[in-house]
Amino acid sequence: MDTHTFLPAPQRRRWLAAGAALGGATLASGCATPSGGPSIGRVVVVGGGYGGATAARYLKAWGGNVDVTLVEPNASFVSCPISNLVVGGYRQIGDVTRSYDPLRAGGVRVVRDSVSAVDAAGRRVRLASGGEIPYDRLVLSPGIDFLFEQVAGLKPAVDSGRLVHAWRAGPQTVTLRQQLESMADGGVVVVSIPRVPYRCPPGPYERACMIASYLRTAKPKSKLLVLDANPEVQSKKALFERAFEQHYKGVLEYRPNAEVKEVSGNVARTDFDDVKADVLNVVPPQRAGDIAVQAGVVNMNARWVGVDWLTMESTAVRGIHVLGDATFSAPAMPKSGHMANQHAKVAAAAIIQLLKGEPVSTSPVVMNTCYSFVTQRDVIHVASVHQYDAADKTFKTVPGSGGVSAAANQLEGRYALSWATNIWNDMIGVA
Amino acid sequence: MTSHARLALMIAIGVALLPQASPANAQDANLGRSLAATCANCHGPNGQAVGDMKPLAGMPADKLLAMLADYRSGAMPATIMHQIVKGYTEPQLQAIATYLAAQKPRQ
Repeated sequence: MDTHTFLPAPQRRRWLAAGAALGGATLASGCATPSGGPSIGRVVVVGGGYGGATAARYLKAWGGNVDVTLVEPNASFVSCPISNLVVGGYRQIGDVTRSYDPLRAGGVRVVRDSVSAVDAAGRRVRLASGGEIPYDRLVLSPGIDFLFEQVAGLKPAVDSGRLVHAWRAGPQTVTLRQQLESMADGGVVVVSIPRVPYRCPPGPYERACMIASYLRTAKPKSKLLVLDANPEVQSKKALFERAFEQHYKGVLEYRPNAEVKEVSGNVARTDFDDVKADVLNVVPPQRAGDIAVQAGVVNMNARWVGVDWLTMESTAVRGIHVLGDATFSAPAMPKSGHMANQHAKVAAAAIIQLLKGEPVSTSPVVMNTCYSFVTQRDVIHVASVHQYDAADKTFKTVPGSGGVSAAANQLEGRYALSWATNIWNDMIGVA
Repeated sequence: MTSHARLALMIAIGVALLPQASPANAQDANLGRSLAATCANCHGPNGQAVGDMKPLAGMPADKLLAMLADYRSGAMPATIMHQIVKGYTEPQLQAIATYLAAQKPRQ
């Protein structure tokens, strides 16, 4: 392993001392850990999504005497996976929402706030509310923010509340559902998909299926137009194309190579067309979340974070570990909640070793499963297993492993919902 | 041997026997735990699955390994496990099975 990932003990003591010196003015979690004994170090986790919540829970579960603070602005976790069922009207937002209380019960200090700045040299984060938290190791799991400037007129449309992307689950998911419900029969819905890479490769196509499913039954004179900036469906292609044909013929029209360049009122503009929509759902192009930019870890294509895959530590700034969608993906590695959860376990295991001054595993494995609903009950999957390749210092898929469903089926519909419950238990704890 | 020398020798032996004193051992100690955690997304933390997923906590290692072998060969029909099992080496599957066998089933 790279020796640079070790923080020398004297240096570590210095940070600890710095934290102690700040005393009551900071939010340093100096309280005794449940398992007793001296703390082996302090870890601050920024962002309580699939990556961050998992990292926090596993740091406590595996590390014992690690002080773990999770900073998250939302009161509860809202899942992106399964949220397309809310858009389709088959689930409520409460069904994809979980309290952070089990994390607290597991010994994680959950602070409802945002991190406004990272002081990597001083090893502390500044909170939007004004406080500071010192750390020995920092975990950023910021998810995505949007490159609004790439679509003219999009930012004002989103800011006005007229247009939602709903590409972070929460209030916008509910708004998109309400817009669909308010639309008259005979209306036109447009979903636009940015060029890869973006969060959740199959997500837009699943959303298209859910919206088409709703329109077909509730508003059969309506149309859904899917404008894809990419030349073809980007995940589970044959299976989605079959679903479009089998279930949504006459309702759903899929147009490849149709990048939305501008939004003006209720019109989406591509190089070829102006498309008038009653409900316009533009998924914007994306990059690593804002705090990653602020922390100086965005070093790949000015969009993503390069990481050492053995530790998930940034290749730009020591002591900062980055998880999930924000990372510059390894080959064939999707930006998914499932993968963020797997990144988090690699990071948690490595951080505990680093805090103890012990070597990290040199052979981590991560895997991914994405289930997508193509009807209310029928589901398709894509799965992959990624082993660490020491020669190329990256994760690589194992030849002959992984794959997609033979066909959409209801058994996997049940598995998809069970997957959600189990991964939520895994990341937050059993409710 | 003086009592001090004897104490020093005992400490030296003790340190040598501590598993975490050896980097290789330290890594091996976490291997099953970390690999089994790659299963938790579907099969729950430490194999304590809920819903339609198969609980793996406390399953005898031989039984789990036999099941995984059947997924690999196709003898046991599957939606997804035949694809996932092929991504792991046999020693990795053994480490996972050993770890999960030692976990408490969900109450």
